[in-house]
Amino acid sequence: MTAFFSIYKGYFRTALAIQFQYRIAMLIWLLGGIIEPLMYLVVWRTVAQQQGGAVGDYAVNDFVVYYIAMMLVNHGTFTWIMWEYDHRIRMGQFSALLLKPIHPIHSDIADNIGYKFLTLTVLGPTAALLAWFFNATWQPDLWTLAAFVPVLFLAFLMRFFWEWTLAMLAFWTTRVDAINQAYFVIVLFFSGRLAPLDLFPQVVQSVAAILPFRWMLAFPVELLLGRLTPGELLIGIGAQLFWLIAGYLSLQLIYRAGIRRYAAFGA
Amino acid sequence: MAESPVIQIDELSKIYTVTEREAGLVAAMRSLVKRKTRDVRAVDGISFSVSEGEIVGFLGPNGAGKTTTLKMLSGLLYPTSGRATVLGFRPWERNRDYLRRMTLVMGQRNQLVWDIPVIDTFELNRAVYRIPEAEYTRTVGVLTELLELAPLLRKPTRNLSLGERMKCEIAAALLHRPWVLFLDEPTIGLDVTMQRRIRQFIAEYNQRTGATVLLTSHYMADVEALCKRVIVIHHGKLLYDGDLSGLADRFAPFKTVEVELQNGAGGRPLDRYGEVLVQSEGRITLRVPKVETATVTGRLLAELDVVDLTVQDPPIEDVIEQVFSQPDGATSHLPGTVADAPFDSQKQ
Repeated sequence: MTAFFSIYKGYFRTALAIQFQYRIAMLIWLLGGIIEPLMYLVVWRTVAQQQGGAVGDYAVNDFVVYYIAMMLVNHGTFTWIMWEYDHRIRMGQFSALLLKPIHPIHSDIADNIGYKFLTLTVLGPTAALLAWFFNATWQPDLWTLAAFVPVLFLAFLMRFFWEWTLAMLAFWTTRVDAINQAYFVIVLFFSGRLAPLDLFPQVVQSVAAILPFRWMLAFPVELLLGRLTPGELLIGIGAQLFWLIAGYLSLQLIYRAGIRRYAAFGA
Repeated sequence: MAESPVIQIDELSKIYTVTEREAGLVAAMRSLVKRKTRDVRAVDGISFSVSEGEIVGFLGPNGAGKTTTLKMLSGLLYPTSGRATVLGFRPWERNRDYLRRMTLVMGQRNQLVWDIPVIDTFELNRAVYRIPEAEYTRTVGVLTELLELAPLLRKPTRNLSLGERMKCEIAAALLHRPWVLFLDEPTIGLDVTMQRRIRQFIAEYNQRTGATVLLTSHYMADVEALCKRVIVIHHGKLLYDGDLSGLADRFAPFKTVEVELQNGAGGRPLDRYGEVLVQSEGRITLRVPKVETATVTGRLLAELDVVDLTVQDPPIEDVIEQVFSQPDGATSHLPGTVADAPFDSQKQ
């Protein structure tokens, strides 16, 4: 455990040093993560105002809080590994990772968390500024805040495992861009990023409930908004755990097959 | 009881399946429906073993199967068939204890993180390989001294020259003091001084630690300086395994005789002494079958006005060229190939 701590410390230090080297690129990425939810916020807020102050059971303020929370949760859980893997395999960089006596996922996790912590220094004040600008009011219960920490952690891990697993499709095809694009559209739709899932027809909500995406994003956001009962919280955590375990097993299975495949066509 | 070898390979093969198609649009469309594939035997049933502390030169032309073999031995590739153990591990299972005891240096893009100072990559490797602090400090000190790294350690990798980067790559690959080193062209692209320094370093590392080294290089100077034993591979097959000195005997059974004549050749036919390789002014270089060397030199001295005469083994480059210029399959008929004597010269 101490050894892992030391390894992660090393990875964090490297990740931060690299991020500092590419400050502008980091800010551009960050800007994308802010603009997208801000756009939806403005659109839905306007729609709600024009419809007499609400759409469904989402009032104007609910939309504001929803998208600010979505911005933070998405920031906390998003990965860029699917773009990275493709490059990594095509350029043969994966070999260097395979020679190390540690699973390559660890450096990716550390890299991801390092970036998140660094950019939180910009994103946190941005969220506060947006809340002030849009007059957001938010009064969370203590238990939802307490539950949010493990829920966000589970959401991060399950999203990480699944996207790392999907990224490994690059072992089988050298053109994964199209698959990545399709995946991001599906996530956008079924995770609640485009619009709160409660506003979709029932059939979409049912499909979203059996897919992993809402448990990655909408679920932690709804928890923060105080829209969940303790029972719904437990069901959500159960769903997260199910998808986390399924993601972990898929990752192991596909990793093994992927390595063999990688080895077969020449590392 | 004989000590068990560090590297043991038996009938190791690797076949790649590659897709191929003819040029043109029609062929491109046809390949959408039916892909044509072809099997390429990169490594074809090779067997050898390497004992602890040996430095073995692994030679062969481009595409001979050297790198594929090194990748199998370092765990990057699964073999198609055959067996291999290194330090008692099956490499492609990538056991962590194995990965902590070996290293593969392949070109210049393995260890160093591009954007951070070299010393930070070293620190990262210290954590990843779980090197105790005291041992790490000592090893960095030794490597810094041997490879003259002091002015480079604080520079980001991307600011280093090719030679500087290679030195740092090698240092990073050795921080965990591996027992087995697979070095794939460790001096490629370096100037002569740097090549010599790397060479000296490898020899010193081997002497200090007793590590086993399998080295590929296109520079014969590397091989001559470091390897008593060489393994020659061509078209995926093992051609020769034995002493470097024996390579010339087996593949190039001739000597080079250089004579300097008082008044030049004077129109006398010299090809009756041997094959004339070079003739300029009064200097002539002849290639003479090894068994006839004594007779020919005697005749030269008796029949011509010889000022100076030297007899040499052909340069190792020429010998290697001779081996590799054999058409596919022809080499198996050469004297001394492994078909005749598989492991006679191996240490056990």
